[in-house]
Amino acid sequence: MTLLSVENLSIRFGTPDGDVHAVNDVSFDIAAGETVALVGESGSGKSQIALSILGLLAPNARTSGRIMYGGRDLLSLKRRELNKVRAKEIAMIFQDPMSSLNPYMTIERQLNESLELHEGLRGAAARKRVLEVLDAVQIPDARNRLRAYPHEFSGGMRQRIVIAMALLCNPKLILADEPTTALDVTVQAQIMRLLDDIRRDMGTAILLITHDLGVVAGSCENTLVLYSGKVMEHAPTRALFAEPQHPYTRGLLRAVPNIHDEAGALHAIPGQPPNTMRALTGCPFAPRCVDAIAACHQIVPPLEGDALRQRACIRPVEELT
Amino acid sequence: MTNPQTPEQTPDNPEHHPRTMFGARRQHEAAELAAAEEMIVSRSFWADARRRFVKNRMAMIGCFFVVLIFLFAAFGGVFAQYNIEEIDWSLLGKVETEGGPNLTNGHWFGVDELGRDLYARVVQGTRVSLLVGFVAGITSVMIGSIFGAIAGYYGGRTDQFIMAAYNITLSIPYIIFFVVWQAFFGRSVTQMVLVMILINWTAGLLITRGQVMTLKNREFVDAARMLGLSDLKIIARHILPNMLWVIVIYTSITIPDAIMMESLVSFLGVGIQEPQTSWGALISEGASTMTYGTLWQLMFPALFFAVNQISLYYIGDGLRDALDPKER
Repeated sequence: MTLLSVENLSIRFGTPDGDVHAVNDVSFDIAAGETVALVGESGSGKSQIALSILGLLAPNARTSGRIMYGGRDLLSLKRRELNKVRAKEIAMIFQDPMSSLNPYMTIERQLNESLELHEGLRGAAARKRVLEVLDAVQIPDARNRLRAYPHEFSGGMRQRIVIAMALLCNPKLILADEPTTALDVTVQAQIMRLLDDIRRDMGTAILLITHDLGVVAGSCENTLVLYSGKVMEHAPTRALFAEPQHPYTRGLLRAVPNIHDEAGALHAIPGQPPNTMRALTGCPFAPRCVDAIAACHQIVPPLEGDALRQRACIRPVEELT
Repeated sequence: MTNPQTPEQTPDNPEHHPRTMFGARRQHEAAELAAAEEMIVSRSFWADARRRFVKNRMAMIGCFFVVLIFLFAAFGGVFAQYNIEEIDWSLLGKVETEGGPNLTNGHWFGVDELGRDLYARVVQGTRVSLLVGFVAGITSVMIGSIFGAIAGYYGGRTDQFIMAAYNITLSIPYIIFFVVWQAFFGRSVTQMVLVMILINWTAGLLITRGQVMTLKNREFVDAARMLGLSDLKIIARHILPNMLWVIVIYTSITIPDAIMMESLVSFLGVGIQEPQTSWGALISEGASTMTYGTLWQLMFPALFFAVNQISLYYIGDGLRDALDPKER
């Protein structure tokens, strides 16, 4: 059952120097209880997609397309209506747990805010729910730490609190914007396992935004590979890793350091991401692509394929190196 | 089965453990984490700041003097033997020689040029100066902060409009404004406070605007928006508490500045109407007669003024050291 459906989403930012084309014609679906990964390098527009779902884009952003949720287009909702969806239906986990908690508020007060707003819970009932969720995210000794301030927690603990904040109102979808980027590797694994547990036990769908392919491999059913605001490949994660069908995905996977590689050489994709100040006139990856032909620079490749897996490349899979 | 510790029952084996909300292996992990993280006694930012402030000796001395001056303003009148406009005819023509501070005739601070009791007048002047300084100073910062917060949060047109008003206010020569305003509305204390607020409403505007601009891009503000909070709640609960320290510090600087401004205009003769007086007016009178050797007429108001200003600045300094998160 489709929970959220992004249809032909484009996002532009008006700047004094012209428009930045951050997201170009992106479409994908998230089913209930599913984990979808949005992978791409910095500036590929992956965070902007998440922000647009909750209407949190910067004021100079213009969007086109639709984001359908529960029969409504989230992009056209008024602030007042959107506020009812926020946190209650769709919640977001931000990247940096050091700055996504208000340093001047105890964690209990911060957690109470959304409960009060969306569930009308106060006092003992609110505290009960807060403790329940803090236990769920494995904050040890939660009862005694309700009145602590964010700076009294470690990074991993803070991210757990941020996750608890997102879970409070039992949302159907959680947007996790690089939830592990600011954490060290051992804590990353714990947080990813926690998110996995949440999905399994509560049936919450997760849109995981990351640039870390290792994180994706372990936890997501479907993966979208984004480049310069455009979907390059969309496939079940297992299949994507086993046989990538887009030159960019191939390059990305080759760039993952391999511990068995005796030479220890690091593979990189030569070149730089394109300037997003220009509208797409061809495949955005073409200038860096080893398989590019003349036509690649002139035709914006459409996302084609079957229901399970799609790719945006005009060259057939068999011809790729 | 001889060994009770079959793999199925090891607590470390996640597969075969009774599931709680997320499975018991997490509980196990959590216990380890609990042991690893030390229990810390919670101490709020403000409790911390208070502790640091109390430790600051100069700030505490400043507080002591300011409290004394406040007590003097509030209860000093009780000990006055004369009222502020009563002329002591017995000293007429002899102010220079016999008008000095004197414990027997009740003129504790001596008399002024006209033979009025200086003690009573200093009490009165202290009241006016403190009243004008604190009321105008605090109100100005509050108004400025509100406009600064609005400008910073909404940006765009709103910001441009408020900044235009700010620049226009800065370009008004305030002494001329004082003179014109008081020519129209009279020279009462109320008018004084009013015109000071009108001139100083920009106090704290720029600094709060800048703070809000930085704060609104912090992730916890995004998080608050994600939770569906209204703008008003976001400003009141998330942005304001995070910059309250800036406002407190700025207020502590603005109050002595307001007292200074009041004294300056009173010194120039466009301040409070006689027989009401203020520190500035008293200093002005004292300075005009100092060549006759009646130095007490300058000394007493100047002493109160200087002690008060220095104390307030030290308090402001102490507040900044105590509240600035970067100092920690």
